[in-house]
Amino acid sequence: MRTITVVGASLAGLYAARELRARGYDGRLVIIGDEPHPPYDRPPLSKDFLSGKAGEDQLALCDDEETDELAVEWLLGVRARGLDARGRSVLLEDGRTVVSDGVVIATGASARRLPGPSLAGVHTLRTLDDARALRTELAAGPQRVVVIGGGFIGAETASSCVALGHDVTVVEAAPLPLLPQLGPDMAAVCAALHARGGAELVTGTGVAALYGDASVRGVELADGRLLPADVVVVGIGAAPNTAWLAGSTLALDDGVLCDDGCVTGLAQVVAVGDVARVGAVRAEHWTSATEQPRVAVGNLLAGRTAETVRPLPYFWSDQYGSRIQFAGRRRHDDTVRILEGSTEEGSFLAAYEREGHTTAVLAVNRPRPFTRMRRGLPAAVPAAA
Amino acid sequence: MIPVCRLEDLPAGESVRVETTPPVAVFNADGEIFAIDDTCSHQDASLSEGWLEGCLVECPLHAASFDLRTGLPTCLPARRAVRTHRVSVDDGTIHVHLVAEEGSAA
Repeated sequence: MRTITVVGASLAGLYAARELRARGYDGRLVIIGDEPHPPYDRPPLSKDFLSGKAGEDQLALCDDEETDELAVEWLLGVRARGLDARGRSVLLEDGRTVVSDGVVIATGASARRLPGPSLAGVHTLRTLDDARALRTELAAGPQRVVVIGGGFIGAETASSCVALGHDVTVVEAAPLPLLPQLGPDMAAVCAALHARGGAELVTGTGVAALYGDASVRGVELADGRLLPADVVVVGIGAAPNTAWLAGSTLALDDGVLCDDGCVTGLAQVVAVGDVARVGAVRAEHWTSATEQPRVAVGNLLAGRTAETVRPLPYFWSDQYGSRIQFAGRRRHDDTVRILEGSTEEGSFLAAYEREGHTTAVLAVNRPRPFTRMRRGLPAAVPAAA
Repeated sequence: MIPVCRLEDLPAGESVRVETTPPVAVFNADGEIFAIDDTCSHQDASLSEGWLEGCLVECPLHAASFDLRTGLPTCLPARRAVRTHRVSVDDGTIHVHLVAEEGSAA
């Protein structure tokens, strides 16, 4: 292969470039990114960056030395708008075309938005520009902040807003946040962190509408309640960025469909990270974005699926001074057992169990035993099993 | 030089965090004592809470790994080394000699 194009300049795209060079690929390497920024790490955006503890310089994923080593042709601030039927030409929105022998799709996902007209004061938190805008607005003094969505982005944002001195309410449509991920018992434990941390949590009701004129003034809940707000943060998940592939021959269904080796229907096109549905699973996890490229790039260079990913889902979250870590595959009827510590003291290790086996592990402020347990979990059997 | 703990209070495979500025992590790697900066060079995580295997410690958050002897990262996502500090055991007490102190004393 003489030219390989990586579409997407975030974590998974960068890891793919690193992996290509690490495997000795010395041809032309093009990376296309719709954001104007060189690769940066997103997890701190809702945490240390938002609370002001970390600056933009601490977000960079690549230093000058590595940038030189990678010898990448960066096309930043330009969106890809198409891939031809053979998967050879990436079309850019400015009219340019990049012709390649191999393509790595790493276009990630975009924050879901609420329907309706856009109001000032309403934010999502996915990109550096999102985080800059929210940080600027939060710096204007104490405000009433409503966070819509009690998932990790929502909870971390709420936590950072509380730390900055704002009056924070989190709205979660489900009976508890993180219910599908953690199950009822542990979701209740994590939900309690909001109150303990100083934010109000409203559950079991969706959002009917945002109200305001040019700027948002509040949130109307489905049960009729009105929550006044100066700032609204919408954290209701992300959708994979596949619209640009609509005219290609790739199969799309909640992501780019790939086999267990991240290979699409075209042998010279692989997909990684949030946009990739690998072996029927699309995981929006930092670890997936860093682990998949090794396998994907190996298969791209081999021209066939020679390796497959063996994922062990892992995610973490820092909120209200607690570090939550989860790994494994919980099923809805697994039982939960506290192995160390207690939920009352806010530091514990819990195992999800099924037929005498540990299926997943959850820790709050217990990183060492968590790592020990995580290492003992089997790395996968496909998740759909 | 900063006293850490009694040698017998840090058995093999264990680690302890010293609340200096910046904090330092002290490890007993199969009988040998090492000290490195506690904060992972990648992101805010405490290496004293990491997974120790031989002379390597794995960050508890993102599995970056560092060599205790050199402070060098052995794999991504970390790319920058953490500082190593000299350790001595005097009358059964572990002491850490912070690199900055060593420099100023010279």
